Amino acid sequence: MSTFESRKKQRELNEKLIKFTLIGAATISILTTFGILFSILFEAIEFFKLRSFWYFITGTIWSPGVIGSQFGALPIFAGTFVITIIALGVAIPIGLGSAIYMSEYASANIRDYLKPLLEILAGIPTVVYGFFAAITVAPLVVQIAEFFGLEATFNSALASGVVMGIMIIPTISSLSDDVIRAVPDSQRKAAFGLGMTHGETIKDIVLPTALPGIISASLLALSKALGETMVVVMAAGLRPNLSWNPLEDMTTVTVTIVNALVGDFEFSSPETLSAFALGLVLFVVTLILNMISLSLIRKFKEKYKVNTL
Amino acid sequence: MIKRKKKNKQENPFYDPSLKKRHTSAARFKKFTLTSLIFSIAFLAFFLFDIVGKGIPAFSVAYVKVDITFNEKSIEDTRFAVEKEYREVVSRAWLRDIPHLLKENPQLMNTTQNIWVLADDQVDQYLKGHHYKLKEKEITFINELYSKGLIEKKFNTIFFTNGDSKIPEYAGLYSGIIGSILTLIITMLVAFPIGVMTAIYLEEFADDNKFTRFIEININNLAAIPAILFGLLGLAIFINLFGMPRSSPLVGGLTLALMTLPIIIVSSRAALRAVPDNIRQAGYGLGLNKIQVTRDHVLPLAFPGVLTGSILGLSHAMGETAPLIIIGMIAFIPDAPSMVTQAATVMPAQLFTWAGMPEGMYIEKTAAGIMVLLTILISLNTIAIYLRKKFEVKW
Repeated sequence: MSTFESRKKQRELNEKLIKFTLIGAATISILTTFGILFSILFEAIEFFKLRSFWYFITGTIWSPGVIGSQFGALPIFAGTFVITIIALGVAIPIGLGSAIYMSEYASANIRDYLKPLLEILAGIPTVVYGFFAAITVAPLVVQIAEFFGLEATFNSALASGVVMGIMIIPTISSLSDDVIRAVPDSQRKAAFGLGMTHGETIKDIVLPTALPGIISASLLALSKALGETMVVVMAAGLRPNLSWNPLEDMTTVTVTIVNALVGDFEFSSPETLSAFALGLVLFVVTLILNMISLSLIRKFKEKYKVNTL
Repeated sequence: MIKRKKKNKQENPFYDPSLKKRHTSAARFKKFTLTSLIFSIAFLAFFLFDIVGKGIPAFSVAYVKVDITFNEKSIEDTRFAVEKEYREVVSRAWLRDIPHLLKENPQLMNTTQNIWVLADDQVDQYLKGHHYKLKEKEITFINELYSKGLIEKKFNTIFFTNGDSKIPEYAGLYSGIIGSILTLIITMLVAFPIGVMTAIYLEEFADDNKFTRFIEININNLAAIPAILFGLLGLAIFINLFGMPRSSPLVGGLTLALMTLPIIIVSSRAALRAVPDNIRQAGYGLGLNKIQVTRDHVLPLAFPGVLTGSILGLSHAMGETAPLIIIGMIAFIPDAPSMVTQAATVMPAQLFTWAGMPEGMYIEKTAAGIMVLLTILISLNTIAIYLRKKFEVKW
């Protein structure tokens, strides 16, 4: 009897131990998020001790590494914005169009082939896209611009924007496809019953229903484009440039972070610490976008009671 | 016939004159969606075609057959190992390696050998019809050698056996491959157990409380945090706080492990959730406790799914570059590392370095390296899909 008791005790202890190990493993992901937040935050605070926060977000001159260096990040934010807009301009129509075709028109058989094909685009490493943008697309942009009598640089915002757009097509198409397919079929049948054409059904019934999911996919794509590094490091410029002309060279937040950290400056210098200040901005913006995106998709799931997303 | 149809149309009380327009608009919409899909796939085809077209030439490289004199003088200044007119034709990097070659083959000392040696990158580029920088005299000399069959293009083994080099024809992917393997071993050693344990906790043990929901939201967010910020974490915590060696596979592997975690957790959870509840209930009915049921019944049944997810996570980590640049894994590494604490580079980072070089041969090698990398990634994904198909249990 007593051996049974002690065995039971031993077993209970084991169970507790295993459960604590599992909880410990689960906390690692929380630690990672907070690790990222605090490691960036502390260094960013160091930076703002040296330089003004106000000038950082409103100043227009970014000149690290010179005497009297200034850290006004506005041109960098503007460059990021322009390249991201170009990327979304490419990715949203193409991604959404592909998703609609796959979910509404294509037969299930064809769809089974098409979807993995599109997902190959998502599996290609970003450094490969960067190489493609810099070696193939950028010269192409220069040639096309010349044809129209315009002047483009070899690291134009357009080249990196377009390639980045193609890169995020699967982000939009995959999630949108799932959302559109989750729209209840009764809605389509009701629309057909009222004599609507297939095109009208999609445009007026299916897409408005799926809109929260589509917005969610687009926000996710936006956050991906903002944080994308390799394409812009390899194909976009280094010069902070406050301009709206996509044929000019511009720099982005991620490019500036990389350049600040691979440079020869001391870790405590404002040149290096500025990378963390920019990182903080990137973290906060992408976190907010992800939160909105996740809550939109959760609401959609609850409304239509789907579990496949 | 036609007349009657027309009459019908007019008499038909449901006839709507705008119907034709509406149908055209629907057809146009369908065409637009099809075009966008075709565009995506056409891009993929163009992209692969472009990379393969640029990369294929790099798998062969020019060799030249010359007399190499091995003596004291040629060790001192390796340029003297070949005749004067060959000096621009033979690879400088190969010549510099002569002392090393003699150390391994001492019997060659004080002999002259007529052997195939690596040619200079400009010769190689000239033979491939790419952009080259050669003088008129050199071109006639090369043409003469070529017509005699003394210059030949052979399979580029150097690309797979050498590390990085400042001389384009001598640069290879070897140290990058080894660096990638070491880094990914660390990544999987850390990410696989932690990821699977997290998934088991969330799926099997956790109650639906605030803490659990917080972890879930957190994992979803973690998956969407830009890769470069993980690099900042690696730099600030692993290198500056814990003092781990910069540029090492250890730091790179840990950083990538944190990035791979969400992928493994999400796919493992899906695999665990797919195991039907009656398996668990049957286990409890036999008097097993939760840990025994999970360990002996649920986990083995979910394992193919867990494995598939982990392979996908692995292939994702393999192509990641941005965070590794931040922690310094783009250093110039001619020799492959043998320890996880030594400075190393990984395949994609090596490609990034080459892509920034001005010489045409580096560009060619970048494209070839991309082909190698994509081949590995596609194989990994195919294995993952195959495993899922083979071991998938239909309930």
